[in-house]
Amino acid sequence: MAATVRVLKRPEGKSSYVRATLKGMALTFRHMVNPHKVTMQYPEEKWALSPRWRGTHVMEQHEDGSPKCVACGLCPTICPANCIRLIPGEDKNGNRYPIVYEIDEFRCIFCGMCQEVCPVEAIHVGQDYENSEYTRERFVYDLDRLMNQDHPSTLLWDPSDPAGE
Amino acid sequence: MVGELSPTAFVILSIVKVVAVFTVVMVVVALLTLLERKVSAWMQDRLGPNRVGPGGIAQPAADGLKNILKEETNPGEANRVFFTLAPMLSIIPALITFAVIPFAAPLPTPWGLLPMLIADVPIGVLFLLAFSSLGVYGIVIAGWASSNKYALLGGLRAGAQMISYEIALGLSLLSVFFLVGDVTLPGVVWSQQQMHLWFALPLALSFLFFWVSAFAETNRLPFDLPEAESELITGYHTEYSSMKFSMFFIAEYAHVLTISALMATLFLGGWDIPGWQGDNMLAMADGSVLGAEPAWWITILTLIAFLLKTFFFILVFMLVRWTVPRFRYDQVMDLGWKIMLPVALAGVIVTSGTILALDVAGVEYGLVFGLVLTLVNLVMLAIVLWLFDSGRVLSGSTALHEKRVRARAKAEFYRKQHELPVATGTGKQG
Repeated sequence: MAATVRVLKRPEGKSSYVRATLKGMALTFRHMVNPHKVTMQYPEEKWALSPRWRGTHVMEQHEDGSPKCVACGLCPTICPANCIRLIPGEDKNGNRYPIVYEIDEFRCIFCGMCQEVCPVEAIHVGQDYENSEYTRERFVYDLDRLMNQDHPSTLLWDPSDPAGE
Repeated sequence: MVGELSPTAFVILSIVKVVAVFTVVMVVVALLTLLERKVSAWMQDRLGPNRVGPGGIAQPAADGLKNILKEETNPGEANRVFFTLAPMLSIIPALITFAVIPFAAPLPTPWGLLPMLIADVPIGVLFLLAFSSLGVYGIVIAGWASSNKYALLGGLRAGAQMISYEIALGLSLLSVFFLVGDVTLPGVVWSQQQMHLWFALPLALSFLFFWVSAFAETNRLPFDLPEAESELITGYHTEYSSMKFSMFFIAEYAHVLTISALMATLFLGGWDIPGWQGDNMLAMADGSVLGAEPAWWITILTLIAFLLKTFFFILVFMLVRWTVPRFRYDQVMDLGWKIMLPVALAGVIVTSGTILALDVAGVEYGLVFGLVLTLVNLVMLAIVLWLFDSGRVLSGSTALHEKRVRARAKAEFYRKQHELPVATGTGKQG
């Protein structure tokens, strides 16, 4: 609700202080007995997040539990905050996989470009904002932690309307 | 018929009363801090504290615990003795004033009739006035001892404000004493019962002035200049922390409670139950009773009536706090000295003159007496409200527009009279 400020011209001798005070007190009293309150009881109730909310990352995984990431190196390259650390590896079949994949959620600016650039839809930003920790070290999410996030991942665009029309 | 208390019973029952009243007052004060937060939250369409205990009822206990455990800071430049003394000086008068307020009808006990107030001193209200004005010393000393300019300014403001409004407070009490002919609070309650009319009507003007002064005396909005957050941080408790700060806080709410109870006693019939004559009684010093026969259930009913009336005033205190903005300092002084003092004085003269005239005319003290006084007072009240209103004697801070219009008209008149050219703003003509 936008706040509007009305500047009143109150000419002396024409507006009643007593009536204005009583009107004001009636207003506060009405609000006091009005059962409709705007407070949200936060841990119990929460705002519904937009499907495009960009929060803590999620790494998608294959059905066998291995990460979808092919360690192509696009996300550390595009990342404007330089918060992704990736050391690629290659198995005997020639498939690339990440040996180390870490995201420093403290440096991350949640722009979502890692998700946009990912060719295999592996790394995603997620619909989550409750990521407080007691130490700084805990904010560096490793691969296991990224794969075990239980919140839904973000849709950066509507699949039926990719151009945003 | 129950008789006088024996000396032993008097001592024991008095101790019981002191402990009980002190406990109840402290608990109520603690709950008032919660109520204030709840009520202010409701007025702003919020919920208020509701996490500690059911509905947040244990919040004061959590706050108290937090304040005890917090670190106490003593400013290096502060005067340690007075800095420590000030919170005590502030809290003790606030609590002690409750001693003379009767909170229920006298209770018959197997050992005699027990008056339901701690100390039935013959100087009742004077005791109360003396102690309630002691409270300002705590604030002034706190302001001075903190060695902080904001605290000092807050203390000075508190001192000036208390002195200014104590006068209007005392003058509005005078009319009550004229009518009662007694300064004990049980006597005041008894006279209201005899009149079958609460003094809020026959002494409407005094009631209004007492009420306004009560806001000033308790340093509540719109008179909270001593703490004025926007100008003085928090005034005299800027430098205070932990339990010392909490003691100022408790003192403020104790003051609110006491002055609400006092207003209920003086102007709303105290523990009198409206429209029922069965509770009209006055305990005499020798244990006999004037009026109806005391009973334990009457005591309980009257206690409830007293609590409801007190609660009403407390609620208005809170309602006003979140409705009316703070006065400017010069407006407070203007209101106190230029308006409240002369008008209260005139009110006392007219009221006492009416009482004298009614006495001379031989009108019996009772309902008719009260109604005549009501008429006189309502006329005075209407005149005073008319004067107060619309900036007739006290201009508001929003009246600048009118001043500008008037100044412009005056300049135009002057220009026409002296046949000066119209000013264009370039300054090159003529």
